Amino acid sequence: MFTLKKFLTTAAASVSLTIGLSAVIQAQSLGTAINESQLQGFDLIAQPDGSGYPQGSGTAMQGKAIFERRCVACHGMNGEGTNANTRLVGGDMQSEERPIRTVGSYWPHASTLFDYVQRAMPADAPKSLTSSEVYQVIAYILNMNGIVEDSLVLNKETLLQVEMPNKDGFIDSSQAL
Amino acid sequence: MSKQELEKVAANGLINRRHLLGLGLAGMGTVASTSLLGADAGLNLEIPGWSKTPGANASGYGSRSRFTDDMQRMAGNPNPLYPGGGASRSPLHQLQGSITPNSLHFERHHAGIPDIDPAQHKLVIHGLVRQPLVFSYEDLLRYPMVSKIYFLECSGNSGSLFGPNPADGSAQSLHGLVSGAEWTGIPLSTLLDEAGVDSEARWINAVGADAASMGRSIPLNRAMDDVMLALFQNGEPVRPGQGYPMRLFVPGCEGNISVKWLTQIKLTREPTHFRDETSKYTDTRLDRKSQQFTFPMGTKSVITAPSGQMKLERQGIYQVTGIAWSGRGSIRRVEVSADGGRTWADAMIDSHQSEKALARFRIPWQWSGGDAVLQSRATDSQGNVQPTRTSLVTEKGNISTYHFHGIQSWAVNTAGDVANVYA
Ligand code: HEC
Repeated sequence: MFTLKKFLTTAAASVSLTIGLSAVIQAQSLGTAINESQLQGFDLIAQPDGSGYPQGSGTAMQGKAIFERRCVACHGMNGEGTNANTRLVGGDMQSEERPIRTVGSYWPHASTLFDYVQRAMPADAPKSLTSSEVYQVIAYILNMNGIVEDSLVLNKETLLQVEMPNKDGFIDSSQAL
Repeated sequence: MSKQELEKVAANGLINRRHLLGLGLAGMGTVASTSLLGADAGLNLEIPGWSKTPGANASGYGSRSRFTDDMQRMAGNPNPLYPGGGASRSPLHQLQGSITPNSLHFERHHAGIPDIDPAQHKLVIHGLVRQPLVFSYEDLLRYPMVSKIYFLECSGNSGSLFGPNPADGSAQSLHGLVSGAEWTGIPLSTLLDEAGVDSEARWINAVGADAASMGRSIPLNRAMDDVMLALFQNGEPVRPGQGYPMRLFVPGCEGNISVKWLTQIKLTREPTHFRDETSKYTDTRLDRKSQQFTFPMGTKSVITAPSGQMKLERQGIYQVTGIAWSGRGSIRRVEVSADGGRTWADAMIDSHQSEKALARFRIPWQWSGGDAVLQSRATDSQGNVQPTRTSLVTEKGNISTYHFHGIQSWAVNTAGDVANVYA
């Protein structure tokens, strides 16, 4: 944790701050300047507008092989899941009394699938897939849900065109009080 | 004090709260029947052994009494199919006051607790800013900080009460995903101002350094308001389970957006629509539309004692106590009922009543051995009143099970068993 010396420096800093040096500190900035190019590989954010989609590509059939090797233990052979939380396929938001909400039935944006698999899956070895492997395995998940064709080569351009069935199903409540 | 002297304030045994002080022996969950308040003839007081021999030395790091070791968080079993996923719940039924000890503060992790060396940790602020910046832990310790007491509640807390049948549970198992602490840190606006927010920016996207790289999007107007980069909790560095060395803290809002192990803040025009703000932490309504970014936690209270799975061993006076909170203000009033909501009495609120913090309430209650249903109902400073479970479930349905803040009912039967019921 803290060494005594560090602690004293910190304490001294906060004492001087309370007597009015905060303006000076702000002006001189304690953060270190960087540029966006230094964040490649660190910034994994992929948004619906196509920002953050890396190079790489592949098809659902390539993804099937990855899925069967890396995902089925927790998500099942056909994405049926090993519990409610890990089901990846099926559901219908309109017809079911308590709709089963999955990537296929619920998620509004395909970008979320790229973003999430790249940052968090497979759960036992997150961030171990290459960008092409992520495109391939999510192509397979989308394909199992009937959202993309077998032949589609998923890449940064085609991902932007994928339309999710529940894309109009969400209401932004962020400004509600 | 005789039974006749106790001023009844609502049906089924609720007593004027000004009797609280006079009934000091009636502690939480313990019985003090009127006869017990008098002298016990069989008791001979002697000097105990520990008063006759020097005790343990002062120590570098304190620990609790071995007699309180049974106070534990309730954590699920490790699941190999969900490595590091899960939650631990605060023992609400054993705690008092409005601050949760750090070791008993609830946790929710999506990929376990990372073991972060603060000397290696970085916080990056970038995207739509004048100058992208990276901060070290040491850098951040030099900023002016603020300390505030806030509650933190998981969006899924009390979620089982959306279910059709009442679960057999305790205050801890049903409602233990809420805790209270003093958080110390840097107003996020200080750091965002330093990077220089671009006029196009509307959202911040916060990402943690855990294995799930947990991400959440937060509107910029909120981020510039009362959001803090928290470095200390109850005076000590934030613990690993709470985000060491640093976490975001968004007061009053569902816990998940207070991203732990914070390492990245990217300013953008649009939210990212992370998995945990689309697939999860969204609220599907009865019309099948789903509300996204439902941040504030509702006006809520829960009686922590007597509470589910306790047993009242004897008739007599009990101190009904619990916690109340609101994501939209402070707690102005807590009412308690002992007859399932037919009659209500005001409880005493025993705290600083600060914004978005837990407030402790208490009211004495005389149990005469009959059936009772204990409920509490909070009102916040905005006038929001905690709804009944029925009205909440009727309005929201139960497709989603987040943001439950309805009234909890604890039934006491003639044997003294206390149980979760729908009343
Ligand atoms: C060790 C078990 C495990 C493995 C292996 C695994 N996952 Fe997961 N996955 C999970 C768990 C657990 C969750 C839920 C996580 C949570 O709720 O925080 C999840 C969630 C997901 C979700 C989001 C589901 C939803 O509806 O929100 C997707 C998509 C996903 N995984 C894809 C994959 C892919 C693709 C692979 C293989 C490359 C994979 N997973 C491998 C355990 C696993």
